[in-house]
Amino acid sequence: MTLFRGRRILAGAMTLVAAAALAACGSKTSDSGIAAGVSADVSGDTVKVGLLNSLSGTMAISEVTVRDSIMLAIEEINAAGGVLGKKIQPIGEDGASDWPTFAEKAEKLIREDRVAAVFGCWTSASRKAVKPVFEKNKALLFYPVQYEGLEQSPYIFYTGATTNQQIVPGLDYLKAQGARSLYLVGSDYVFPRTANKIIKAYAAANGMTVLGEDYAPLGSTEFGTITNKVKSSGADAVFNTLNGDSNVAFFKEYKSAGLTAASMPVVSVSIAEEEVKSIGTQYLEGQLTAWNYYQTTSGAANEKFVAAYKAKYGADKPTSDPMEAAYVSVHLWKAMVEKAGTFDVEKVREASSGITFEAPEGLVTVDGPTQHIAKTARIGKVGADGLITEVWNSGQPITPDPYLKSYPWAGGLS
Amino acid sequence: MTTVARDPVTAAEPAPPPPGEPAAGPSRHRFRAAAGFAFGAALLFAVAPLMLSDFRLSLLAKYLCVAMVAVGIGLAWGRGGMLALGQGVFFGLGGYAMAMHLKLADAGPGNMPDFMMLYGQLDELPLWWRPFASPWFALPATVLLPMAVAFVLGSLVFRRRVRGAYFAILSQALAAAMVILLIGQQGTTGGTNGLTDIQGFFGYDLDDPVNQRMVYFIIAGTLLALLALARHLMHSRYGELLVAVRDGEERVRFLGYDPAAVKLVAYVVAAGMAGLAGALFVPAVGIISPALIGIVPSIEFVIGVAVGGRATLLGPVLGAVAVAWARTALSERFPGTWTYLQGLLFVVVVAFLPGGLASLVGLARRRGGEPRDGLLSRVRRRRAGTA
Repeated sequence: MTLFRGRRILAGAMTLVAAAALAACGSKTSDSGIAAGVSADVSGDTVKVGLLNSLSGTMAISEVTVRDSIMLAIEEINAAGGVLGKKIQPIGEDGASDWPTFAEKAEKLIREDRVAAVFGCWTSASRKAVKPVFEKNKALLFYPVQYEGLEQSPYIFYTGATTNQQIVPGLDYLKAQGARSLYLVGSDYVFPRTANKIIKAYAAANGMTVLGEDYAPLGSTEFGTITNKVKSSGADAVFNTLNGDSNVAFFKEYKSAGLTAASMPVVSVSIAEEEVKSIGTQYLEGQLTAWNYYQTTSGAANEKFVAAYKAKYGADKPTSDPMEAAYVSVHLWKAMVEKAGTFDVEKVREASSGITFEAPEGLVTVDGPTQHIAKTARIGKVGADGLITEVWNSGQPITPDPYLKSYPWAGGLS
Repeated sequence: MTTVARDPVTAAEPAPPPPGEPAAGPSRHRFRAAAGFAFGAALLFAVAPLMLSDFRLSLLAKYLCVAMVAVGIGLAWGRGGMLALGQGVFFGLGGYAMAMHLKLADAGPGNMPDFMMLYGQLDELPLWWRPFASPWFALPATVLLPMAVAFVLGSLVFRRRVRGAYFAILSQALAAAMVILLIGQQGTTGGTNGLTDIQGFFGYDLDDPVNQRMVYFIIAGTLLALLALARHLMHSRYGELLVAVRDGEERVRFLGYDPAAVKLVAYVVAAGMAGLAGALFVPAVGIISPALIGIVPSIEFVIGVAVGGRATLLGPVLGAVAVAWARTALSERFPGTWTYLQGLLFVVVVAFLPGGLASLVGLARRRGGEPRDGLLSRVRRRRAGTA
């Protein structure tokens, strides 16, 4: 009896599935056309843009500051009359530190809100998750964080540094300082693993030896073993690609193992002013960082940016490289749209080449073919006041080279 | 026949009746089930596609995949008492098996997937990727691989009579281990990024909204089929035995049954459902990553089931869809504070509706009728001196 009843229901359901599958299969050779891009809704006197950052989860602490500086840029632009006479209306979404959620929210911003551009994403994994969404819908993303390179999507503008604007100058600096051996410590995800691959290729070609390479899971706070290995290796310097909270534990262990910036300097690529504050200046004083911008960078544009940021969000809030890159991205988009005379994505992309902006970090220029921007590299030293002061810079903006094609030692990397 | 297992158990121990088992006669029963399925099918196949935009429909497809996992958890946890806190593993196995095949199909014969060139710098495809080039291997693997893993794990665990919290912790550990394994092997698994940018689905371009719709229909149909299967299992003699094992494992053992085997079947079926859900999730969303299969998503699967009502047939499905929908709706409306609202929702459900949303329906229907799980009915039962 039971068996019979079950079978009938099962058979009914199966028929439904088959019918649905058949009905749907009729459209294999689709003449409806692939979604030819959803054009932005600019009919009113405002233009919508999407803000896609993690407001919850592990990445929130960093990404909220990026959202804040994007909002600052939007306010400035609106106060000056908007873009092409339209005020910018920001639509915020929470990526929740979860990559598939980023993809979902990106699609929502593009298809439901019909925004003209999206600003945001931090981790490489979130960028990789949204990349197909932007390419499929032919919509624009402005990505404001330094990353591992080896990417060039026609629908993404990369306003943070690629490897030849941050990691390679960092290595050049260490080499010039006489470092002959390195120890690599990083979080276990794509950026550190790819960055370390590049570092190893650089070291091999420049007569440096890599004495060890260790990865800790994101969020790990157990660094006793790693610091002991670092110490006993006797390396000249440590290259640190740890992200987030792990840095707190790492630098505490580092200090208690008796290692100092004088005996074995650490170059970090993910520690900016905001992180210095949370790790504790006493652990970081004298250590090195590689970025393109510091709060202390000189110039009228930066003074204005820092003052405006502190006026809006509080005097104790520092500004950092990713925040600056996000701020710059909104202004660059405005300049591109105004040069194109339209919000149309393809026209904006065509107009992008050669756009310049007097940014807090100095003059930046959009490189048309790669859609990255030319930036000045800066090595900084953490001071006792928690701010980072520049000890070296590249003198002029470095042309972005995401695939490191102009570096012979990087031949096997891409 | 079906009373052999049930009677001694319930007679000897007045355990709370498993919630959600209707007491109606068989013919009314059958009619209600058929009507329910017809209603569900009409909702999924006609109302939803007509009412929702392409984007919302693709979100619904995603929710329905989560609901498939929930059907399995309802069986294993609600009926079998096994708190499966590591279903992400099986979801992931199914998802990765499907994604590996689709990535290879996208790359074309003889080529390697894009990310491998980028991160792996391998000269040729790793050996364990190769079979996935064939759909005849990959498609069955999406279901059979999770089932095989569940079988091995379940055989080891249930024979040794590992139960309750120990079983839950073990399944969590498995989820954590799998994530670490995937992230560590960046060159061949895509690491934290997972497998992204999946463009085709057996020759259909997934960028095309029409084909996205087709994927939705396949998912909706599969969910109905899985519900039918779960209903069949629940109402069969096996289903009675499973509930008996949940409520009194030792008693069932003394009656001459092997509780380990009974539990193993439910666990393996639940794993297969999770695998199938993972496999269909990939064309619907276009990504599978460790972030979808670790400890947190595994717990989220269970939360959906708990909110819906774990021991009923439809409760897990409704709960999973409701939780996923609430997550989207709340986070769109209140991007800054939605996590608090979601937490509040869970607290409210757990505090006032321990039987889940499904018990709400039951309560409303039987005002003052037969006692059911839920706060009110438990109070009533306690007053009557039966609990």
